[in-house]
Amino acid sequence: SNMCCFSDVGIRGKDIVVLGVEKKSVAKLQDERTVRKICALDEHVCMAFAGLTADARIVINRARVECQSHRLTVEDPVTVEYITRYIATLKQRYTQSNGRRPFGISALIVGFDYDGTPRLYQTDPSGTYHAWKANAIGRSAKTVREFLEKNYTDEAIAGDNEAIKLAIKALLEVVQSGGKNIELAVIRRNQPLKSKEIETLVAEIEKEKEEEAEKKKQKKST
Amino acid sequence: MALASVLSGECADFSLDFRQPFGHNCGPGQSGAECDAAPGDSVSFSVKNPMLAGDDDGVERKIEFLHGTTTLAFKFEHGVIVAVDSRATAGSYIASQTVKKVIEINPYLLGTMAGGAADCSFWERLLARQCRIYELRNKERISVAAASKLLANMVYQYKGMGLSMGTMVCGWDKRGPGLYYVDSEGNRVCGDLFAVGSGSMYAYGVMDSGLRQDLTVDEACELGRRAIYQATFRDAYSGGQVNLYHVHSGGWTRISQEDVLMLHQKYRDQA
Repeated sequence: SNMCCFSDVGIRGKDIVVLGVEKKSVAKLQDERTVRKICALDEHVCMAFAGLTADARIVINRARVECQSHRLTVEDPVTVEYITRYIATLKQRYTQSNGRRPFGISALIVGFDYDGTPRLYQTDPSGTYHAWKANAIGRSAKTVREFLEKNYTDEAIAGDNEAIKLAIKALLEVVQSGGKNIELAVIRRNQPLKSKEIETLVAEIEKEKEEEAEKKKQKKST
Repeated sequence: MALASVLSGECADFSLDFRQPFGHNCGPGQSGAECDAAPGDSVSFSVKNPMLAGDDDGVERKIEFLHGTTTLAFKFEHGVIVAVDSRATAGSYIASQTVKKVIEINPYLLGTMAGGAADCSFWERLLARQCRIYELRNKERISVAAASKLLANMVYQYKGMGLSMGTMVCGWDKRGPGLYYVDSEGNRVCGDLFAVGSGSMYAYGVMDSGLRQDLTVDEACELGRRAIYQATFRDAYSGGQVNLYHVHSGGWTRISQEDVLMLHQKYRDQA
């Protein structure tokens, strides 16, 4: 089916923005590479969505055209807030139109403005949008958000790798089969969207967890 | 129009119908810059096709054009200097010596007027409206590049229909001083120095010989003033007063308005 309500998480770091999505397990005969939930809207902006994949395709297409249209008329790349506002306005229009239904997706939009500020925004089917430091959407979003509220600190996002690990840890809370079903993408300032290989990072996180558990055991015994 | 087929949108209808009502949408579809097409955004008015025969009463009206003019603007280290004359002519009749040819679009953007006075002031006022809407929506000032692009796109839709406008959009934005020449043919050019009008050649001569990047504000003002004066001296269709503006990081400032005859005395006494 084309339902993709699985969890996504977005984290705004200092010099990096991270998007992590839970992939549903692909059927044996399916080509894994065609299932992409993180899409670039322009060089410096990308989005992940949760909801109806088909609806998302339409919204992403319109947003991509608007990014280029903006570059043409204003001779500047879009700000993350501008493209979020465009997507939100588009969604709102469909909540107030005759004979149409709203888009069934929530989106996390991340990127850097041309002055270098990292941004993370979330939109939902009603057409509202808000800026966040870290957020999650989709199934089990509440659990992930609670984890983030506890663990999003300035130290936790001090460096790029820390921010990425935080995203992975947040998703591992709710994802069933561990690192295999997580897809990660990052944008660094002045660099385009990059997919991240996460096996090594997941292994590191597992090791850290073990070390934490060991330390706690030792404290208890002494 | 670029991206028109992709946007499948609200494009201008260019059929040759006489007096076709023209829905000029100042919002998204045309410029593609904003995304909200609120009903209040549209400006509708009829356009009479100039290629078809005269008026109802059969009289052909001659429109008063300001091609007879000298306007100039140039960039230098401390911003942009804008200098214009103030004479309006209808044929060989001097209609006015006190025309304001610099249009204050907003506190940090100026537009000059050459060609049809009504065309220039109407479209630049429309541009002012669009710039203000941009500012409110995006919580930051519009760039000179974007403002000039909006103007160029607006008039391009009327290309071939008889608009006459040669304007320079001058301002200061986050990229520094900005100067664009926009006209009704659809040209939009970025540059450091422009002069527009029948007296432009004389103004170019003076400016080219005196322009340096390291001029002080006073020297630059004097250069602009002298260039307009020399143009009014030789060009019959330019005259009146020299209006001088300086655009800097804090916006524009009106420097001076001096009668050309006073300047003539002053330069004669100096020499």
